[in-house]
Amino acid sequence: MVNPMSVRIQIKDAVKKYGGNTVIQDLDLDIRGGEFFTLLGPSGCGKTTLLRMIAGFNSIEGGDFFFNDTRINDLDPAKRNIGMVFQNYAIFPHLTVRKNVEFGLRNRPFPKARIPEQTDKFLKLMQIDQLADRLPDRLSGGQQQRVALARALCIEPDVLLMDEPLSNLDAKLRVEMRSVIKEIQNNIGITTVYVTHDQEEAMAVSDRIAVMNAGVIQHVGTPKNIYQRPANIFVATFIGRSNLLDGTMVMKNGRAEVTLPTGYVAEFSTVRQDPAGWKDGAPVRLCARPEELIVQPKGLPGLKAVVDDCVFLGLNTHYFVHLLTGEKAEIIQESTIDSVIPQGTEISLRLNTDKANLFEKESQLSLMSGVQNDLDALR
Amino acid sequence: MREKRKFEVWHVITWVMLALFALFLVYPMFGILRQAVFASDGHFTLEQFQKFFSTPYYSSTILNSFKVTLAVTLVTLLLGIPFAYFYSFFQLKGAKFLFVVAILCCMSAPFIGAYSWIMLLGRNGVITAFFKDVFGVRLGSIYGFGGILMVQALKFFPLVFVYMNGAFKSIDNTLIEASANMGCTGVKRFFTVIMQLSMPTILAASLLVFMRAFADFGTPLLIGEGYRTFPVEIYNQYLGENGTDHNFAAAISVIAIVVTAMVFFLQQWATRKYSFSISALHPVQKRKPRGAAGVLMYIYCYGLIALAFLPQIYIVYLSFRNCDGAVFKPGFSLGNYEKAVKKLLVRSINNTLIFGVVSLVLIILFAILIAYLVVRRPSVPNHTIDTLSMLPYIMPGSIIGIALVIAFGKQPFALTGTMAIMIIALVIRRMPYTIRSATATLQSIPISTEEAALSLGAGKLKTFVRITTPMMANGILSGAVLSWVAIVTELSSAIILYNNKTITLTMSTYAAISRGNDGLACAFAAILTVLTAVSLILYLQLTKSEDIRL
Repeated sequence: MVNPMSVRIQIKDAVKKYGGNTVIQDLDLDIRGGEFFTLLGPSGCGKTTLLRMIAGFNSIEGGDFFFNDTRINDLDPAKRNIGMVFQNYAIFPHLTVRKNVEFGLRNRPFPKARIPEQTDKFLKLMQIDQLADRLPDRLSGGQQQRVALARALCIEPDVLLMDEPLSNLDAKLRVEMRSVIKEIQNNIGITTVYVTHDQEEAMAVSDRIAVMNAGVIQHVGTPKNIYQRPANIFVATFIGRSNLLDGTMVMKNGRAEVTLPTGYVAEFSTVRQDPAGWKDGAPVRLCARPEELIVQPKGLPGLKAVVDDCVFLGLNTHYFVHLLTGEKAEIIQESTIDSVIPQGTEISLRLNTDKANLFEKESQLSLMSGVQNDLDALR
Repeated sequence: MREKRKFEVWHVITWVMLALFALFLVYPMFGILRQAVFASDGHFTLEQFQKFFSTPYYSSTILNSFKVTLAVTLVTLLLGIPFAYFYSFFQLKGAKFLFVVAILCCMSAPFIGAYSWIMLLGRNGVITAFFKDVFGVRLGSIYGFGGILMVQALKFFPLVFVYMNGAFKSIDNTLIEASANMGCTGVKRFFTVIMQLSMPTILAASLLVFMRAFADFGTPLLIGEGYRTFPVEIYNQYLGENGTDHNFAAAISVIAIVVTAMVFFLQQWATRKYSFSISALHPVQKRKPRGAAGVLMYIYCYGLIALAFLPQIYIVYLSFRNCDGAVFKPGFSLGNYEKAVKKLLVRSINNTLIFGVVSLVLIILFAILIAYLVVRRPSVPNHTIDTLSMLPYIMPGSIIGIALVIAFGKQPFALTGTMAIMIIALVIRRMPYTIRSATATLQSIPISTEEAALSLGAGKLKTFVRITTPMMANGILSGAVLSWVAIVTELSSAIILYNNKTITLTMSTYAAISRGNDGLACAFAAILTVLTAVSLILYLQLTKSEDIRL
């Protein structure tokens, strides 16, 4: 459900400097009203910096930030009507759960008489109404997380910002809390910006994801699009696991013939028809996810390889192989009932050319059709 | 850093603080410096410094101070480290009692130990007389180097104990187990692992003891006699009975500041060199003391504590004895207290409490503001405030007293003899401790908690008052109670500034001692002792924590 009142966030030419050091240069972003938008990237890529610029805790050295049509660059953090959830929750340790949650209401013109009612609503929503009179030091990590979320939502903010909110929880609780967060966001329909370095978490909760690296947004798209048709090699390797192999490509009748190590030639029908300035025989990089390599008996056409090791993980079995030309690769297969392939076995690897991606080697950009990078619309 | 150009109330606070420090600290210090290098007729001269260093009668005081202070530091380490080790690594019965009494010992008024030991071991002391009458043995003199060493060592070893206890608690048990695993146990482990891990704390504790002992004025004044130390010499030159020389006193003060500053920077350098951080996930498991070693441990810990606490007990005991002038007579009564009431007891107590409360309120207010400025609004003026506020830490109290008299003894700021100047001196002297604990507390609070309040619509001041300050409360409280006790027992600056109207309990005690009115002195001292003891025990009950920042 998209709340018709929800706020669109637009960022134009944002610049962030620490001293003389520019960490973000001319960044553009358009976050739709009511969507769950995630900034994903390795640590130090600038995603938290960007989030804190939206929140008003970091100065903005250049560019414009808009909530709908309102420019918020110079607006006090207290006046931006933002709900924020911090990595360490930032629960006030000297206030009870209820006092924490109602804190925001008491700081704005909200009818005093309605405060308990509004607070109760969100305590119930986050299922912490039983804990209302406890002090935070008597709460578990998951409970503190719920308090932080209730506190952020209670003021009915225009925008919800979350900075790695699940990173302090254990693995099981993290999975549980992320469905809670997703569900609540769905129900309320509030524009949400979420920062994480965990790509699985990002895929699980987001409507759209922006993958960032070194202060630059690489790809904005749906989780499916980013995983299946990454815009460049960084995105392909950061999201999920990828085997990278070098090759050369020739276009023939609208199909691409790619010559790969050990002499295997794979035919792609998924390559863009008009790669600008394309020269036949130019070097490309193949990015094949572990499930996109299919093990076949030796002799069939494919990459010739030898099994080094295999790991049985129940649902799947992982094979670690090396090609006869020396490159290493990882393969995931659904486990079968018969025995695993022994070490030292020579095999042939067929490529799932519908799914695999090709990148121009020099520019590292995707050659595939079907790449949807919403960033392109902004440029 | 953020919102550089925007006006904030914090900017005003910064400048107000700077102005206050300039007026009450920098200006008086310049006064001392000016008096040290300008003769009374106004020409510049280094004559005073020349006089000090070329006359062994004076220059020996600095050497004396160094000798006895180094000895005290060493002995406190030797006494305090084993005590802390037994306390932290073994389940001693009555551990809480040991802790409380140790704190009481080191927080007692600065000269009560010396005075009480004189009553016990001095020329007319009870123990001295007992040995002479029963065994015909003459005990050695307690006056001089040995006396200062004994009194200060027994008073300051608890500082080492509290510091080392903190350090030992932060040692992870797995480190102990790992060293045992590699064949390193017992005494060898104590020296190669435990002591090495505690090195930064040992240095910090040494500095603290050094500074306190070096600046201690009451002990050498009473028990030093011919062994003349620095702080006493400053006092004698400024207010002494025979021939005062204010310019010379100022010159000695400057030398004292330089010396303590050097020691301070030396320690800072050493701490940086040895610093590393450890945090204990698994604190050390305390063992039960067993066998002969266990018995010796008990004897050591309880014996040491008894010896250190004896002076205070004895003073309280003496206060109830019949007394005529300097002679104690058989039998008990409240006579001493009755005399005390006639000798300004009520005024002393009132003054002590008023000065204590007012100074404490000011100290807490300033400490919170300064800690916030330094931690959350780092800038050049705010770092200047931080540095300035720590200056009194390295200045003996009598110097602050003299500086204030020089600065405020005449128009336009004639404040001498008023309550205001006493309070100013106390605030300046005791603020560094509270600022340190407030700063450390604020640094440990993640800024995101304040950001959460801001994003929930609370303004900056509201966030500060409603969120930041309450979260700092615990850290402030521990600093403040100790400041309170130090204020109540203040001697060295008060002795220069006090008069009949602004007399405090400590000063009444001192006045009675110096007039040879022993019964009266004991009554005042006993009240002072009980007051500090009650404050500390109340505080220890409230916090239930051993993390005291002394």
